[in-house]
Amino acid sequence: MDLAAVVLAVLLAVACVAFVARPFLREPAPEDDRLAELSPQERERVRIAEERDRALAALKELEFDHRTGKISDADYRELVAPLRRQAAEALRALDPPRNEARPKREDVRA
Amino acid sequence: MPELGRAALVVAFGLIVYAAVAGGYAAFRGRRRLHDSATNALFASLGAVAVAALVLLAALVRHDFSLVYVADHTSRELPLRYAVSAFWGGQQGSLLLWLLVLTGMGSAAVALNRRLIREILPWTVPILGGIASFFVFMLVFVASPFATAPAPADGVGLNPSLQNPYMMAHPPLLYLGYVGLTIPFAFAMAALASKRTDERWIVVTRRWTLASWGFLGFAILLGAKWAYEEVGWGGWYAWDPVENAALMPWLVSTAFLHSVMVQEKKNMLRVWNVVLVTGAFALSLFGTFLTRSGVISSIHSFTQSSIGAWFLGFIAVVIAASITLILVRLPLLRSPTRLESLVSREAAFLYNNLFLVALALTVLWGVVYPLVSEAVRGFAVTVGAPYYDFFAIAFGLPLVLLMGIGPLVAWRRASLRALGMSLLWPTGVALVTGALLLAAGAGSSPAGLVGYTFASFVLAAIVLEFARGTRARRSLGDDGWLGSFAGLVGRNRRRYGGYVVHAAIVILLIGAIGIGGFGTTRAPRRALAPGATMRIGAYDLTYLGSAQRRTANALEMRARFDVARDGKPLGVLSAGKNRYFAEQQTSNEVAIRSDWLRGEDLFVIVGKFNNDGSIFVKVLINPLVNLIWLAGLVFVGGSLIAMWPDAREQRRLARRFAYAPA
Repeated sequence: MDLAAVVLAVLLAVACVAFVARPFLREPAPEDDRLAELSPQERERVRIAEERDRALAALKELEFDHRTGKISDADYRELVAPLRRQAAEALRALDPPRNEARPKREDVRA
Repeated sequence: MPELGRAALVVAFGLIVYAAVAGGYAAFRGRRRLHDSATNALFASLGAVAVAALVLLAALVRHDFSLVYVADHTSRELPLRYAVSAFWGGQQGSLLLWLLVLTGMGSAAVALNRRLIREILPWTVPILGGIASFFVFMLVFVASPFATAPAPADGVGLNPSLQNPYMMAHPPLLYLGYVGLTIPFAFAMAALASKRTDERWIVVTRRWTLASWGFLGFAILLGAKWAYEEVGWGGWYAWDPVENAALMPWLVSTAFLHSVMVQEKKNMLRVWNVVLVTGAFALSLFGTFLTRSGVISSIHSFTQSSIGAWFLGFIAVVIAASITLILVRLPLLRSPTRLESLVSREAAFLYNNLFLVALALTVLWGVVYPLVSEAVRGFAVTVGAPYYDFFAIAFGLPLVLLMGIGPLVAWRRASLRALGMSLLWPTGVALVTGALLLAAGAGSSPAGLVGYTFASFVLAAIVLEFARGTRARRSLGDDGWLGSFAGLVGRNRRRYGGYVVHAAIVILLIGAIGIGGFGTTRAPRRALAPGATMRIGAYDLTYLGSAQRRTANALEMRARFDVARDGKPLGVLSAGKNRYFAEQQTSNEVAIRSDWLRGEDLFVIVGKFNNDGSIFVKVLINPLVNLIWLAGLVFVGGSLIAMWPDAREQRRLARRFAYAPA
């Protein structure tokens, strides 16, 4: 048996075990060992943020399809209103204190 | 150092099983430190597997024939580059490569998405660990690359067909594609297990899916190029079971890439998407099984082994567990929205999905039918090219048509009048092209004529899309045409990268129809004596005689031909065979003369060298075949555009997930 191989194998195993045990070595007795989960409110906000992004993306697509002639003026008028309403409702529901949560011009521009 | 390789795999086995079991327990009980520890085990397993891979690589390069794998797949005379590629030339090495790529990609996917999806990640780690457990178990207990025996004086060598530059890149790329599909699958299952079935798993795996699909597609084309040059029957795709093994997951992941956009835009097809991602992953496992188990006799299945039953069992477990999880979580996957119109982009995607999945299932049936018939009737009935060709045309032509129509249809719904206006130009171009081709005599292949007409329709639709988009952007600001074009592609990379990929598929189609529908073959029944001339098309080939040359690992026999076209000399071509000493095998070495201006290849195959100096020869003219290889480059370009990171999108996602603080 190759001694160098044995030494290297032992070193590898020890290094791996130390790395795996690291979270327990760093925090032997943590105050809270539970996995962080979103609260129902946070989860709802993620859902609404998804709705907002989807509505803004749909508005962007609609504008672009209209501008490239894929959708008629009549269809555009009929489709744009509910999408704007959806986006506005999502934004209102989020009501973010941060400015960056507001839709920027780039979000609705193709 | 086989001991180090074995030990590294045993360490990897412990780490991976720990990641699966401890990670699963941590996710189930919500234990933070245990989850972090399991994640570290997954990361550490990459290091252990990399050590094992390095040991094998060193043994291959150093010709350490005490390792059975090295003795079985290399020889002293084997050039270094092929000694390296022997890593994936056999079953055990391939499994090790699978595991290396899996632990690498899995670790990268987990590390890069730690902040974005902290609720899904606790389940992703044990699922990745579970999948990797199977491969590391096989490597430690069933098919070890580090098995040793008294070293022979020389090795058996590498299959001559694998001693080709394309085979140095094709298998690793193929495995990047196969293994890459594990990532969207693992995140999808983790989303189901954690009951977080929102869009997050799709968002974080989008680029992984695109990259895996791109690798798979490019690997299929590299394999085709290898088959064209190395196998030497004159074609590029033979519906070989192992070629089909890569095609099936590619088709299903193509369907997934389209349907996932419908979920992102309309929150529809949520069940369908998890079914597709499961299907793509299961087919990638099935592909590895076909390639490596030797279950189906083909030019690729070089090894017969005992891993087949294990693989089938694992595939069955993956499918059963996935279906169970999908069924249990079905209430969470119900879509709140419905299809608004049958004339809409999402409807076009749905039709495209149906054709893609139907084609994949048809190919799957063709692959498994010989096995089923052997099991039921006692003898294998092989499904031939006519079966595949029929369905490729039946499903492929509507798919091509949809590639042209889809982009011209609006999301949600489009009036027939608006659609008619959009289709006007592409239809006009297609009709004119069809009429011109008919006048030029292309009616000899009706399917080819229809294919070319459809192809021109799609290309015109793509050009129209770029033109209308650029014009629309230009109307918004002061950018010139070039700036507007760059802005259009830069701000909609996925869409316009997708159109470039569509163009690649059309270019491939044009090449495939050219070689399949309009090629010429000549194989004289009588042997060609030195000095004799044979004619094919406008080419004259004069057989000058044959010669032999001994190289380090083979005896090269070559027949030389003086080639002329319409009486104009084009030079000398050499075709023949190589007889490999160590491997005791013979390979075809064809001669190919590409004429880029005419867009055709002159392809010469020497069937047999006779003792009297005469030869049996087969010559083909393959029109437009080089477009197939060009399509590969365009495909890569389109895929890169589609997956290129978009800072605006990253900002948008960061804003969205700001509601889920880390």
